[in-house]
Amino acid sequence: MAVAAAAQTGFDFSSASRNAYLAERGVKLPNATSTGTTIVGCLFQDGIVLGADTRATAGPIVADKNCEKIHYVTESIRCCGAGTAADTEFVTALISSNMELHALSTGRKPRVVTAMTMLKQHLFRYQGHVGAALVLGGVDSTGAHLFTIHPHGSTDKLPYVTMGSGSLAAMAVFESKWQPNLSRQAAIDLVAEAIAAGIFNDLGSGSNIDVCVIAPEKTDMLRNYIMPNERVQKEKTYGFRRGTTAWTAEKIRSLIINEEVTQVGNEAMDTS
Amino acid sequence: MSIMEYNGGSVIAMVGKDCVAIASDLRLGNQALTVATNFEKIFPVTDRIYIGLPGLATDVTTLRERFRYRVNMYTIKESRTIEPSTFAHLVSSTLYERRFGPYFIEPIIAGLERNPATGELSPYIAGADLIGCLNFAKDFVVAGTASDKLFGVAEGLWEPGLEPEDLFETISQTLLNAVDRDAYSGWGAIVHVITKDKVISRTLKGRMD
Repeated sequence: MAVAAAAQTGFDFSSASRNAYLAERGVKLPNATSTGTTIVGCLFQDGIVLGADTRATAGPIVADKNCEKIHYVTESIRCCGAGTAADTEFVTALISSNMELHALSTGRKPRVVTAMTMLKQHLFRYQGHVGAALVLGGVDSTGAHLFTIHPHGSTDKLPYVTMGSGSLAAMAVFESKWQPNLSRQAAIDLVAEAIAAGIFNDLGSGSNIDVCVIAPEKTDMLRNYIMPNERVQKEKTYGFRRGTTAWTAEKIRSLIINEEVTQVGNEAMDTS
Repeated sequence: MSIMEYNGGSVIAMVGKDCVAIASDLRLGNQALTVATNFEKIFPVTDRIYIGLPGLATDVTTLRERFRYRVNMYTIKESRTIEPSTFAHLVSSTLYERRFGPYFIEPIIAGLERNPATGELSPYIAGADLIGCLNFAKDFVVAGTASDKLFGVAEGLWEPGLEPEDLFETISQTLLNAVDRDAYSGWGAIVHVITKDKVISRTLKGRMD
């Protein structure tokens, strides 16, 4: 009974055979939205600064010009995602959910290594098929920690990290300018510069700079911290005169509910 | 050949002033052969939410029924109608469940979201890829075989604060002109404009070649 009543969890592979058959017949399977991406993180004197660009791509097309790549894990742990967009979205949501349950059951503030271990075990189980490349950063009782997690489940612990297609451009900035014990503002500026290097030199990255500062006392999510690629006002408007488009049929569904109250009989209200 | 081009078809949604519009073409093909010219890809979910399902036609039908089932279950369990943002996440998780054997559909959601505190309705549109990665746009979302062309035309024609009648013209012209440059979409179109007090659905004339 308990088995029958339990909700179905995990992936559903029931269409996999159909899709494999189509692939075998030479039908190209479409590719999902990916975040070309520049994501970075660095240590500073009080904690961690994470940074990301905001472009999502589908092949050569810019699918989303202002997406969010810094995902919430816990109040003082955040995770930047690169790779298959849906995978980064769902893997961080899953681990965020499990971290909350873990915090509730242990009664302690959860640690960054816990999130890192949960993420790497999940990714290793799927042998790289869950295509998430992550930069995980946060502050806990043992200090500030910064990790990179690769799609196959390997991890690194470093004072400054970059990932995604713009990682080389961003790392060039870090390698030349990062130093230990940066001030908060110096770290934010450095991260913003590293992301800007990705935005302007890597085609897979673009639009705006998101920054997240995690310090022991509080976390600041600076969404669209710098917007270096804002669209200028169009010089003309391109509205059409009403009646331009020819149509053959029209159906209007009214959402206003008209209610008429008809009194039946005229009995006085029973007030006894 | 890609499986997304097997049946053809395109959908677009746009935000206007206190309204949203969603439109699609009407073609159903078997690759280059047109089979039907009355194949609607946009379905009502609630009074104020519509979903467009361009992609493989078999999955259009399957997903339409799955979403109908899941929205009905939500309505019964919660004793209230679903809001667009909630529905978008329902769509997203339904698609991601099949991460390793996906439905060949790129859904587009358009609706008016009720603010629980003030009761005000505000425009809401979202798109998703075939494995459920949501794209919340403030202007427009496109999908289907003409998506590349729709992106270009919409980027040029869309402007903020369009009234329902002006939004109708903009979305109609965007779709009609983009679809004319796509061999797999066209053969007429349907446009739904969702406003506070009514939904206007119009069938458009289009090239039949």
